[in-house]
Amino acid sequence: MTKPIKHPRPGVDWETRAYWEGCGRHELILQRCRSCGTLQHRPRALCVSCLSDEIEHFPASGRGTVYSFTVTHQNQAPGFREALPYVLAYVELEEGVRLLTNIVGCSPENVRIGLPVEVEYAQLEGDIAVPRFHPL
Amino acid sequence: MSLSRSIAIAGVHEHPTRWAPDRTASQIMAESARAALEDCGLGLVDVDGLFAAGMEMGPMGVVTLAEYLNLKPRYIDGTNIGGSSFVAHVAHAAAAIHAGLCRVALILYGSTAASNAMAIGTGGQIGRDPATAFSTPYGLTTVGSYALVAQRHMQKYGTTSEQLAEIAVTMRRHAVLNPVAKMRSPIRIEDVLASRMISEPLHLLDCCIMSDGGGALVVTSLDHARDLKQKPALLLGSGEAVWHQEIGAPDLLTIAAKQSSDEAFRMAGVTRDEIDLCMIYDSFTITVLVTLEALGFCKPGEGGSFIESGAISLGSALPVNLDGGGLSSNHPGMRGIFLVIEAVKQLRRECGPRQVEGAERALVHGTGGLLSTLHSGATLILERDR
Ligand SMILES: [Zn+2]
Repeated sequence: MTKPIKHPRPGVDWETRAYWEGCGRHELILQRCRSCGTLQHRPRALCVSCLSDEIEHFPASGRGTVYSFTVTHQNQAPGFREALPYVLAYVELEEGVRLLTNIVGCSPENVRIGLPVEVEYAQLEGDIAVPRFHPL
Repeated sequence: MSLSRSIAIAGVHEHPTRWAPDRTASQIMAESARAALEDCGLGLVDVDGLFAAGMEMGPMGVVTLAEYLNLKPRYIDGTNIGGSSFVAHVAHAAAAIHAGLCRVALILYGSTAASNAMAIGTGGQIGRDPATAFSTPYGLTTVGSYALVAQRHMQKYGTTSEQLAEIAVTMRRHAVLNPVAKMRSPIRIEDVLASRMISEPLHLLDCCIMSDGGGALVVTSLDHARDLKQKPALLLGSGEAVWHQEIGAPDLLTIAAKQSSDEAFRMAGVTRDEIDLCMIYDSFTITVLVTLEALGFCKPGEGGSFIESGAISLGSALPVNLDGGGLSSNHPGMRGIFLVIEAVKQLRRECGPRQVEGAERALVHGTGGLLSTLHSGATLILERDR
């Protein structure tokens, strides 16, 4: 079984606050451009396909599959050295957006590309949370 | 007159140090400048363009460096696109010289990363800025970002750890022939596979070493270079690219090298068959494999069998990294300058036992940043002057 990771607190600014606060409410918030329909992540104040600022936010399903992963055996950074070996992964959400994340709640040897996964949240101070994924 | 074939690399120097607790990064740059200028018969007084990048340099690093050297250049460029920066600097210098904005460009790099115990390849990434906030909570390491590419390549194409190990073994075989390489004991595939796992599927010997070091390049017009001491290495073509994962979820296995090398070949007007050797940034074994595919020397997915056939070894069709690369010779954090230096030395045919016989044309490709999240690529195609 994966060991608990103490996630470092992400930097939060005006453009990314809605995302991190959404995670705090256990909602994975993505952006869609009302003008051209582009989905984008990480969040930005405007659409980088058409430069419109008509951006809408919507909660993703929170389900996806492992696109790639690596079982990390060496990292001396606090929060991670105690959690070795941990799984760093790209998860491709049903909506088509790819997120860098951790896979938790299973044995690292059981992680495979294509594995169906679902989001869960590690609560941090100040009403924000870090989304990560476990096998469905 | 077109830029292609009008600019040349006239002087080079690779600092021989691999461990320099007795030197500063600026000192390594200055010593390298002295030697590269001596190499082509120029002096600091001739330099009117200054280019540099380094992990230890601040945001105004190139200005501080000009002060250190007491230089007042009329053209300055501190472009930092990661380890590929110096490959891009050659193209930027060529454009500036071609436009008449400077005449003699000096490109410098120096680092004491190893003796200062800086975390590079296998260290963690820490940062609170909102742009990296989407990776730092997850323990993304430099090696981890390349491991994500390796895992995907293995799953999609059946690439094996043995095929990746063959790259490390080949680089070491070349390093044995390079008297200043840091790691000079031969290794076997079994040694790579038995070395400690760092980030699956990459073992310790799939990762670049850490060293101190530095180097210098002198770039000028071909006409000027022909009046100097060394046989010039002509610039035929160049290209740059930035690649990232954020929008539209592009294929992780398509890297910046595709765009930058297509541009470089178009500008050079030569084909892949006309390249005699490659200098490819080998931060990790997987970097070489996916770069060879992106450069078009083999098809996507065929990198593993291409390497297994021995194709990248000295004496084969496309020898890669004759100095031993970052895997075995040196890696002070940003090794792009060494790619250019070795390519020029090979084209001058001064490399002794590791010389590629009859080398006429070399391709240089630098990768900067993290391959699976955000990276840059810069390509050069160089030719031995007639
Ligand atoms: Zn749009």
